Amino acid sequence: MSLPPTAEAAADDQTYAVVEEEHGLSPRRVGPVVMDIRNITLRFGGVVAIKDISFDIREGEIRAIIGPNGAGKSSMLNVINGFYHPQEGEIWFRGEKRGSMKPHEIAKQGIARTFQNIALFKGMTTLDNIMTGRLTKMRRNMFWQAVWSGPAEAEEIEHREKVEKIIDFLEIQHIRKTPVGRLPYGLQKRVELGRALAAEPQLLLLDEPMAGMNVEEKEDMSRFILDVNEEFGTTIALIEHDMGVVMDISDRVVVLDYGRKIGDGTPDEVRTNQDVIDAYLGVAHD
Amino acid sequence: MFYREAGEFKTSYQADQATFPIAFDRWGYCAVVAVAFLVVPFLINPYWEQAIFLPFLVFAMAALGLNILTGYCGQVSLGTGGFMAVGAYACYKLMTAFVWMPMPLVVILAGLCAAAVGIVFGLPSLRIKGFYLAVATLAAQFFLIWLFNKVGWFYNYSATGQINAPERDFLGILVTGPNTRPWATYLFCLSFVFVFAWVARNLTRGRIGRSWMAIRDMDIAAEIIGVNPLMAKLSAFAVSSFYIGMAGAMYFAIWKGAAEGTEAFSIEISFVVLFMVILGGLGSIFGSLVGAAFLTLLPVLFKNVLAVQLGWPTDIAAHLEVILIGALIIFFLIKEPHGIAALWRIIKEKLRLWPFPH
Ligand SMILES: Nc1ncnc2c1ncn2[C@@H]1O[C@H](COP(=O)(O)OP(=O)(O)OP(=O)(O)O)[C@@H](O)[C@H]1O
Ligand SMILES: [Mg+2]
Repeated sequence: MSLPPTAEAAADDQTYAVVEEEHGLSPRRVGPVVMDIRNITLRFGGVVAIKDISFDIREGEIRAIIGPNGAGKSSMLNVINGFYHPQEGEIWFRGEKRGSMKPHEIAKQGIARTFQNIALFKGMTTLDNIMTGRLTKMRRNMFWQAVWSGPAEAEEIEHREKVEKIIDFLEIQHIRKTPVGRLPYGLQKRVELGRALAAEPQLLLLDEPMAGMNVEEKEDMSRFILDVNEEFGTTIALIEHDMGVVMDISDRVVVLDYGRKIGDGTPDEVRTNQDVIDAYLGVAHD
Repeated sequence: MFYREAGEFKTSYQADQATFPIAFDRWGYCAVVAVAFLVVPFLINPYWEQAIFLPFLVFAMAALGLNILTGYCGQVSLGTGGFMAVGAYACYKLMTAFVWMPMPLVVILAGLCAAAVGIVFGLPSLRIKGFYLAVATLAAQFFLIWLFNKVGWFYNYSATGQINAPERDFLGILVTGPNTRPWATYLFCLSFVFVFAWVARNLTRGRIGRSWMAIRDMDIAAEIIGVNPLMAKLSAFAVSSFYIGMAGAMYFAIWKGAAEGTEAFSIEISFVVLFMVILGGLGSIFGSLVGAAFLTLLPVLFKNVLAVQLGWPTDIAAHLEVILIGALIIFFLIKEPHGIAALWRIIKEKLRLWPFPH
């Protein structure tokens, strides 16, 4: 789907820049700003988790958020999907300033995410977990649900077909009916990605999707992320510690340290940024 | 050997998500239903009616309701007795105020009254969880019983404070009052349990059921994928109380014919229904029915075998029963939180592989 460019984005020459990928994928179109984060400050009592951070996410790009432990990356995602309420700052989504919203309302706007510590529904199967990801798209009321035969069943089957496509895409057909609690870690991460994809999000937030994986699993996950981005045109913001992966798959990178933004740009720009190098090498702050 | 899916290929998603995907189960289910509707009514006598079938059906309805709230949505409740009382008193008021009203409608409306009350007492669940919520529902239990005893309007200012079910027929057949026939009351309750067990199955397999289970398993993740916790929790309280209210109405009007708030709907009932759900299987429709059957049959069995056959003193038999139930609950809570239903499933999985375990 195409979105009207925001006022500022339209003025920006670089709107619809064609990004040439280093890793040999076909060039993609990166569109206008979909998410604009402006001067966000988030405090927990005395702890300042995020201090006056601004950055934007453009349509169709893969935006990485990196930084040392405790830098405020996960908190940033929690702000974006409405779980934390920042004390200061504004969030603009698709050209509109977001008022006070609950997380489930934000989910309905088309923002989905995965969690750093897997947050699957343990008592449910893979299939049910991913079907749950489509809850916001289902409409039948309690009466029809109670009767089941007819509209509710038809709706269920319609969504089941969509979910089966995701299951095929993620190559998890064999664990369709397995309770997720029994799955190994790597597969759980994949199911969680499936659950987020089921919502057909416009913006997908991934919190360390590859943490704790071996090289092979990381390669699989990188491929899925790139495919999602390419095939469905989904905008992705991801947190990742593995620099190799970040440099490979992301279009732009924002670097946080102690709740501040210390770098923002293409992987190459960030890599050569002196503040970023210092932060990662642990140079003392003055 | 016969129990398998072999040769049964699912060609549509509809068949894949059927309630009984295995032919053997499907036939078993049909056989049980056929016997329940077509055979039992001819054999039933007043003792079986009062001691086994009506208690089982009434508690099955209550257990279905509590399982929706606790097993599917993860909200612990000790207010079952209170919500049953709401159903019973609503049933009484409806029967006496609208003499023309057909009994099935009375029972359903009584359930709806309980649902409304359930929503109100479900409000704390938006803020508190687990043990604290259980204590809050306990407050509902005591408050409701106190209210029904205190305010004369609820029992039509009768001198005894009791409520008595007037005589009502449905389609020309008596279903309440002292002159009912066992098969009539049995079929009335059975039809309700049959229909609403099916409704519970449907509600728990689709959108609403998944939103309940999502809240139960990981409420933060549920909210972030778009489940409105307010709607999910309150709808679980409403549906659950609806079932429990209908159970209370049937308890009062069909089974006992009379009730007195403090005695009939005490905290003990809340615990009994909770035990049924734990023993039968949290989060299982089948488990609710099995748990209700188990805990209604066990006392009858103990009384007949130990006290009547073996001549033991009745109090010892009763104490032994309490000890056994306690031990079973501890066993299931530790070893198999999904109850008898899960044991049954494991046996079936073994059967499916038998005689080649690999
Ligand atoms: N709910 C909370 N209450 C209090 N402090 C919090 C809360 N959430 C985060 N913090 C604090 O905010 C800071 C940033 O935490 P955050 O989880 O965002 O870091 P992170 O960059 O995701 O780190 P990691 O790489 O370890 O995941 C930390 O100091 C953390 O202790
Ligand atoms: Mg984090």
